[in-house]
Parts: sequence; structure tokens; C-alpha cells
Amino acid sequence: MKTLEIQRITTDFLIIGGGTAGCYAALTLGEHTGAKILIAEKADIRRSGCLAAGVNAINAYILPGRKAQDYVDYARKDAEGIVRGDLLLTMAEGLNKTIVKLEQLGLSVLKDEHGNYAARGNRNIKINGENIKPILAGAVSRLPQITVMNRLNVFEIIVERGRAIGAYAFSIDEPILQVISAKAVICTTGGAAGLYRPNNTGFSRHKMWYPPFNTGAGYAMGILAGAEMTTLEMRFIALRCKDTIAPTGTLAQGVGAKQINVQGEVYEQKYGITTSQRLHGTVIENLEGRGPCYLQTAGISKEQEEDLQKAYLNMAPSQTLKWLESGKTASMENVEIEGTEPYIVGGHTASGFWVDTSRETTIRGLFAAGDVAGGCPQKYVTGAFAEGEIAAKAALKYIDSQVVILSDAQVKRVQNRLHVFLNSESQISIDSLEDEMQEVMDRYAGGISRHYRYDEDSLAAADEKIKELSVKAENLSAKNMRELLYIFELRERLVLCRSVIAHLAARKETRWHSFAEHTDYPERREDYEIYINSRLTDGRIKVFTRRLIKEGSVYEH
Amino acid sequence: MSIKITLEKCIGCGSCVSVCPGSLIEVSGGKAAIYDPKRCWGCASCVKECPVQAIALYLGEDIGGLGGKLTVRQENTLLYWTVLLPSGEIKTIITDRQKSNQY
Repeated sequence: MKTLEIQRITTDFLIIGGGTAGCYAALTLGEHTGAKILIAEKADIRRSGCLAAGVNAINAYILPGRKAQDYVDYARKDAEGIVRGDLLLTMAEGLNKTIVKLEQLGLSVLKDEHGNYAARGNRNIKINGENIKPILAGAVSRLPQITVMNRLNVFEIIVERGRAIGAYAFSIDEPILQVISAKAVICTTGGAAGLYRPNNTGFSRHKMWYPPFNTGAGYAMGILAGAEMTTLEMRFIALRCKDTIAPTGTLAQGVGAKQINVQGEVYEQKYGITTSQRLHGTVIENLEGRGPCYLQTAGISKEQEEDLQKAYLNMAPSQTLKWLESGKTASMENVEIEGTEPYIVGGHTASGFWVDTSRETTIRGLFAAGDVAGGCPQKYVTGAFAEGEIAAKAALKYIDSQVVILSDAQVKRVQNRLHVFLNSESQISIDSLEDEMQEVMDRYAGGISRHYRYDEDSLAAADEKIKELSVKAENLSAKNMRELLYIFELRERLVLCRSVIAHLAARKETRWHSFAEHTDYPERREDYEIYINSRLTDGRIKVFTRRLIKEGSVYEH
Repeated sequence: MSIKITLEKCIGCGSCVSVCPGSLIEVSGGKAAIYDPKRCWGCASCVKECPVQAIALYLGEDIGGLGGKLTVRQENTLLYWTVLLPSGEIKTIITDRQKSNQY
């Protein structure tokens, strides 16, 4: 029989996930306290999370002459009103100082002749973010009170009497169950990819917009722990370069490439300019026989083309490789674009944990920041930093409790659950169940093949089928720790899928085309100027609504 | 989209193992190997980390890949990105970590 050794570790602050928000939260804590900080990271913080390949620009910045409130207004408009004003404003006020800090740490930021940061568009500045993660990881390693445990997968947040008191994790290399006791927990696990069937379904199925390794762990752990979640129905679908799924913003904003259809007509203004409208326009052009669609790059100068190739190497090198190996470069040929599969990602839309203004979740002592935190879209990198800082400062204020040490019997129960996966024999493969889940979500919950559309009947079918797959997933078996990780990742996705389906069904309107396209309710409805929230109670997802919260107010649970 | 490891070049140093955001690379018998090429995101973290350019990024045939291989050599703040085309032709682009993107 395969057995897991139990190890125990005690810390003051536990940060789950050392990505953008998690590293910044750790740095903030480290500047304010000598208390012990532990980052538990599934991979390695040097290149983990969505910034692994780098980032091309800073897209959330308050440029001279603009105010934090302008950013709030922009984000509210883009999300058609369903945002948390308090969260957006506190984030927007914290954006700029994070870049000053990153520049001090070694990030290259472009400046104009006056020494000001050079603008790209209305809210963006230019950087070289190829090594932004190694820069953050380096800064973390210089603070002695921070311990980083890489290759450690947190799979359950421990809650006792409504308080988060630690987490269970397992090593992905060795048969070790780690029991982490902490006085405060900050969840920064990122969003969720891989719920829906992706653009590329064969060998390149992981060539996707968001990291395929971000499986919605934080959402799932929060849901299972009974935390309130918000706006999971506001899915995010990116408009990307076909095949490589590389970003399009650099082409649109960098060289001013317009969205055109196969007839060469510029269609981007026709459908509106919010994020979902730009995507929706491309869907409709294709449906009405005017696809495929492109970004019009043909005719750009050689110099622009070379700068583009460099820019893509610094964030999505596959696109540059494609241009070079095909010989059909951006100046010669327009770049075909397509919508991705839907993701759940609170850094772009408003999905995630329902938090108070200080970023505490509805579980005491559990804070959330970055893609896993809801109510606050358009965060991008700097917004994730700013939220990491806010959550860290709130955790600092919260902490005065004693560490709770779990009894051996409690730990043994969790160990036994893992032993079942490690010692059973199963005929079902983890990958085949994942394929089935993605197929169900694609077909019945508004994936690419359904042009992102769903209705009440299809959602009911999706829920039924995901429920069946969830039962099957309990009977999977793992040959080793890596497979145990893959089983838990699949379970996380299945848990999240059910909540997403419940949220999609509850918003009986179409407020955001494509992001939430309910064909039984194709119009926007004024009575849906509300948040759709949910909580798992006694194994059932309870969905309810809350009134909108404006900026200027402070929301407390 | 995935990586190819040239075993003759690999020195088994393990630098690539830790930087993979999917923890997909292992070293056994003194050589690095990718656990499952289908799981690769294509972020090129390992490609940049490899001190001997043994790891190359390539595009899968299913997304129009033609067999070109991208490797990177680091020299201080400079990154030398080299594409070896199937024809044998080599193209190199140099980026500087201290220079911001123009776009």
C-alpha cells in the first residue's frame, strides 16, 4: 500500500499561490512585519502563474491628468455596471505605486524625454516584462521571514468555527501530506482555464490564453469551504491570434491594426467597443458568413514589424516563431483572429470570491487577491499587485489569533481520503474525464462550438452531466503524486463548473454578449442590475442576489 | 506547441526543471525529459533557462507548425533568440531586458 507521510508546519501568514498577487502580498507583509510568511506554490514562483512567459505592457495605470475614478468608470462601463465600486476604487488608487516599486526592483519601464512613463493608449504604459516573475521571486527571496515551498499543491483550506486556520497540501514529488497551520490565509491561486473545450483540441490543446495549470483551485477550495462567490456567470473570452492564441492588443494598440472581416470591412465599431462587444462582433461576422476575421497588419513598416516580433518574444514567443517559420510576416499578411474558449478569471471580469473592501472573504481570516477575487474586473498585473497589498495589510490587522493545531484524528481522515486515490484501481483515465467535462461545457454551457450560447434546457443538461462526471472523478486512481495532482485539478474544475452553470442559469438576461449569452433571455433587463452570488450549503449550491455597491462606501460582511 | 530536448546537448543541470510552470520536466539518467509534450503551455521559460540551448520551442503540426525550432542564449541583459528553419536557414533576433517594448 502507498502511504503518505504527514508533516506539519506552522506559520503566521499562509499565501496560497506565488503568482502576481501572491508574491506582491508576500513583499507587502515582509515590509511591515518580521512574522513568518509562507508561500505555498504548486510550481516554482520564478515562472509560475499567468506571467510565466512575461507581459508586454502595463494595462492598468493612472496616467497624468487622469484620476482613479476614471479607471473605475471605465471598468464599470466595460462590465455593463456589474462591478463593486468600493473594490475598483481602492484598487485604482493603489495601481501607480506598484510600478514605482517594480521599477526599483529592476523592471524596465519606458520613459519619455521628460522622465515620465511613456503612455500606450489611455490607461497603459510600456515595459519589458519578460522577466517580471524572476524579478518578483528575487525580491521575495531577499526577505528572510518569507519561506517559499515550491512544488507543494494546496488542495483544501481548513476552516474551523468560521475561521481559516490553515490548509492541507501535498508535495508533487514525494509522498508527503503537509498540514499547514496559519494565523491568516491569503488565497492568490489565480483563475480557471480548461473548463471548456479549447480552440486547439489535439496535440496543442494547452496552447491557450490562460495558463492550463491554473485550474480554479482557489474558487473550488472556497466553494467547498462554504465561502460566498460572486458573478461567476461573467465569463471571460479573449480575442486572440489564431493557432498561437497570442495576444491581439499589441497589434491593435501598438500598430493601430483594425479588426476587419474577410471582405476587408472594418467592423470593430459596429458592435461597440467593450471587451465583450469586440469579441461578439467577431462571432457575428463569422456567423453571418463574413469570416474569418483579421487584424489588419499588412502594409505596416519593416521597423514596426521588427518591433512587433520583439514584443511578442517578450510575452508570447510562439507568435514570432510562427511569423518567421512561415515567412508570412505581419507586414505581408493580416493576422487571423478568433475567440478563445471561456475562462473564469477575476482579473478581467468580476468573477470570484465575494470580499469586503479589505479583501477578506466571507470566511474570517481568509483573504483573496488577484484573479481569484471577485467584483473588481480589469485588474491586469498592477491591479493584482494592488489587491495583494490591500489583502496583506488587512491580514496584518486581523492577525492576533493563536495558531490552531489540528488533532491527529482530523489529519488522519484527510490522509485516508488521499490514500484511496493512491491505492485504488480504476479503468477510467484522468484525461478522458477531463475531455468529457470540456465537451459537456462546450456543448451545453455555451462553448466555442455553440458560439458561446446556452439556454435553460442546455444548462440543466450540463449540470446533470457534470454531476455524473463528478461522481466518476471520485473513483479515479493515481499511480504517483503527479497523477494525484491531476485528479485534484480535475475535481477543482468540476466543482467550479457546477457553480458556473448555476450562475449562468440565475442571470436571466443577456447583459454581456458572448460572455453570458442566454438565448432564452436575449435582452438586457433592468431588474438584473444586481450581483448574482452563491454559497454551497449542505452540498447544494444556493444562489441569491445582492444590491450593487458604489465607490465611496465601505462594504463590510 | 511544445519543446524538444536535444539529448546530445543536455548536460543534466536541471535548471529547466524548476522553472516549468507546469512542473513537466524531469531529469533522469543525467538528461532532461518532458513528461508529456501535450501538456506544455509554450511559455518558453525552460528554453530561456537552458545554459546550452538544448531546449527548443516548436509549433505543433495541428496549429500549422512547419518544424522551425526556437532557442535562446542569454548574455547579461541580452537574449539571442534563434530560429532554425526546416530549410536550414537561421534567423536571430536580439532583445534586451533593459529595453522596453515599443508597443
